[in-house]
Formats: sequence, C-alpha cells, structure tokens
Amino acid sequence: MVSIHSAASGMGGMRTAGDLVGRMQMSRGMKIKEAKEYVANKLNVSVPDLADPVVMSEVREDLDIGMLSTPFYPGSAKGIEAKFHIAELLGIEINCVNRFKDRIGRKLR
Amino acid sequence: MEKFYTRMGDGSVVELSESQLKRDLEEGTRDAAERAKIHPLSEDELSYLFDVYSSPAKFVGVDCGNEVILTCENSPVKIRRRGLLVHRVESLQIFEKLLGADTLELGHTDYSFKLLKIPIAYEQTDMEQALSMTTIPLFYGAMPNLGLYTQPDGPCLNPMELLPQGKISEARAAQEEMIEYAVKDMVYVGSKLYESGADGIDFDTTAAAGDADFLATLHAIEILKKKYPQMCIEIGMSGEFILGMHGELTYDGVRLAGLYPHKQLELAEKAGATIFGPDINTDTDKSGAWNVARAITFTKACVENSHIPIHANVGMGVGGVPVTPQPPVDAVSRASKAMVEITRLDGL
Repeated sequence: MVSIHSAASGMGGMRTAGDLVGRMQMSRGMKIKEAKEYVANKLNVSVPDLADPVVMSEVREDLDIGMLSTPFYPGSAKGIEAKFHIAELLGIEINCVNRFKDRIGRKLR
Repeated sequence: MEKFYTRMGDGSVVELSESQLKRDLEEGTRDAAERAKIHPLSEDELSYLFDVYSSPAKFVGVDCGNEVILTCENSPVKIRRRGLLVHRVESLQIFEKLLGADTLELGHTDYSFKLLKIPIAYEQTDMEQALSMTTIPLFYGAMPNLGLYTQPDGPCLNPMELLPQGKISEARAAQEEMIEYAVKDMVYVGSKLYESGADGIDFDTTAAAGDADFLATLHAIEILKKKYPQMCIEIGMSGEFILGMHGELTYDGVRLAGLYPHKQLELAEKAGATIFGPDINTDTDKSGAWNVARAITFTKACVENSHIPIHANVGMGVGGVPVTPQPPVDAVSRASKAMVEITRLDGL
C-alpha cells in the first residue's frame, strides 16, 4: 500500500526531500506549506524542486545528507552521519544525534 | 448509458451510471455532515470527485507540487505479513530506500503497549541499531489497546461482561482502573524508546476500546510531553466516532463519548500531540465513491480546525480504501489523490 500512496501523493522520502519536510512537521509542528518553504529555503532550492528526484539527488550529494544509491558514492554520509548533517542544515534537534553525541562525549572525556 | 468501472467498500468491482456515482458522492458527504454537524463538500469538490471516480485510468495521482508526507506505521510487520524472512531493521531499510516512505516506524508484531514491557530491551536494541543505519525519521509505535487489561488477559474485571448484566457502575469502575494501568505502560514504553533515540512515538488505533482508551492515551501524551518537551507524538485514531463504553469520561471538561474527528483533534492538541491522524472506517456495503466523499468531509473539517499537522489514515479499510488484504491500485490511488487534493492535509 505504501508504494501506491508514495507514487500517488507522497513526496518520495530520500528520493527527494520528503524526509526533511517530515522532520519539520515532527520537530516544529509545521503544516505542509510552511514545512516545504522552510526546507526549500535551507536547501536554497524552489519549493517545486523539493519533490523532484533529479534536482534533489544532486542537492543531497552536495550537502551529504544521505542518498539512495550509496554504492555510486563511496564515503558518502549514511545513517547517523547523514542525520548529523541534516540536524545542522535544518537547525533542528534530532534525538538520536544528540544521544549519540552525549554517549561519544562521555567516552572521549 | 455510460457506466463507470469502480469498486465497493469491500473491493469488489461494480459499474455505476453517472447518476448513481453522483448520488453516492452526495449521500456520502451528507452522511458525514449530518452526523458530525459540519459542512458537506461543495459542488466544485463533488464535481472534482466525480472526475476522479469516473476516470478510466487505473492509477491517478496528485498534481505536481501537491505531494504530502507519508507516515507509515509498523513497517516491519508489513514485510513480515508477506512471509518475507527479513530482519526488522532491513524491513525499515526497504521502506526507506525502495518504497518511498517519508518516515518509518518500528513496531512489534504484538503491537500493544501492555505487552511491550516484557521485550522492551530487545525493542530498544533494535531501535538503536535501526537509528544508526537509517536516515529518515523513525517512530516507535504501538496501540493503547485497553481491552488487554481485562480478565483473563489482564487484572481488571471485563466491562464487556459486566454491561450485559446491567452492572453499569461496576463496568465504569473497571474501565477507570484499566486507564491507570494503561497510562503507566504507555509512559514506560514511550520513555524507554525515546531514550533509545526514537524520533517520535506513535499511538496507533487510539480509542479502539472507546472513551476510556482515548482518555488513557491523552493522559499518557500529557505526561510524556512534560517529561520530554521535544518528543514528537503522533496520535492515530481508530474510528470517526468515540464509542461511549464508559459514557461519562471527560478531558478538560469535554465529554469524550460521541466526539467526531474535528473535536477529537482539539483534545489531542490540548494534550500535546504533534501530529493527529483522523480515521474514518470504510462501509463495505457502500461504493468507494460514497466512502471517500464521507471520509474527506470528516477530514476536511479536521484540517480546517487544526493547528498541528494532520495525517489522515488511508490504509486498509479506512479513509475510503476498501476492506481487503490486497487493496487495489485503482481504489487506493483515487482515495489518496482525492484526500490530498480536497482537504489540503499535511500527510497520510
């Protein structure tokens, strides 16, 4: 079912900027229009570009915020590392990033 | 006379004439409007729905630029239901990389807060590993499922057995006791998973056991938000109408029994929910068009009344989607497009 909704009306997650817009809804309670405008501003793209996988794959590569086809880009950020970059880029707190920093910080002290 | 290929609420194919299709759309929206005392859809909106449902296309989609966010509950169980032997973390990666999800959700096969106390350490470990490997937001989800607190599965007397005996006050007392146990469990499990790094907690099928179930969830959300102000909390409902199994429970002075989605939302916002998911059940005796017109009418009132994002439930048997294990592409895509384009909600 998710594949049908994704094709019919979804932003596309990591194919585009869907996860980033989702994070603005989750972290700041933004409605869809506000969340899209916020993310577009942070990525320096237009709002329509947010759902364009051709544009967003380049943007995600340039900003190193996690991409779909990782074997094409060895060394690119994945998982928690990508989320570190996303938190900084969007100016939001990401729970697992903060807890990771806290745990690593304790080990390094 | 031209007939249009469409489906019933159980997924079976039916051919409707133009007048039958228009009548179903009008009756669907009128049913919702009369029940919830909200505005029915306008003539333009009904005309739009007619165009969607009379289209011969197998698949339809929103206009470019109108895409919304998909929050997908219990992703690993969806993979497991197909008999695929894939680890839960890999299931999440499948949703993330192959299925276009905008957010993910880790959930147990036994998807109820009460039962999760026992394997909680395993849930936390899987969550921690999943978070290190996935990029998109990851919820942890479960159901309040108040029914599990009744005997023989739980400690409380069973109100479903007391009510037919006319023991109303005993049934109410049992539900009030169930609420106390449920709140403790929801706060315990929610806290553990948030402390493991989850991006949010999803309370799925809230109010499935009626007003007591809804009240327990609202109290749990209040406590969790005070404890973790940054926590994202999604509340997904289980039906368009709160059943008054107790009948006299209130939250912030508002009686819970009988509330429709636009009023359920108000209390969810007051409790501290971040995202609200209205749920409108599909009537299998009615056409897909009737069901979608009805679901959209309820949801639109929600969106107009909300200060938080609205992610309508448009899964199997809800939001106008047929009640069938393999919902057809034509039916799901129509419900998806119609819901997004007319209500202008924030996600599904």
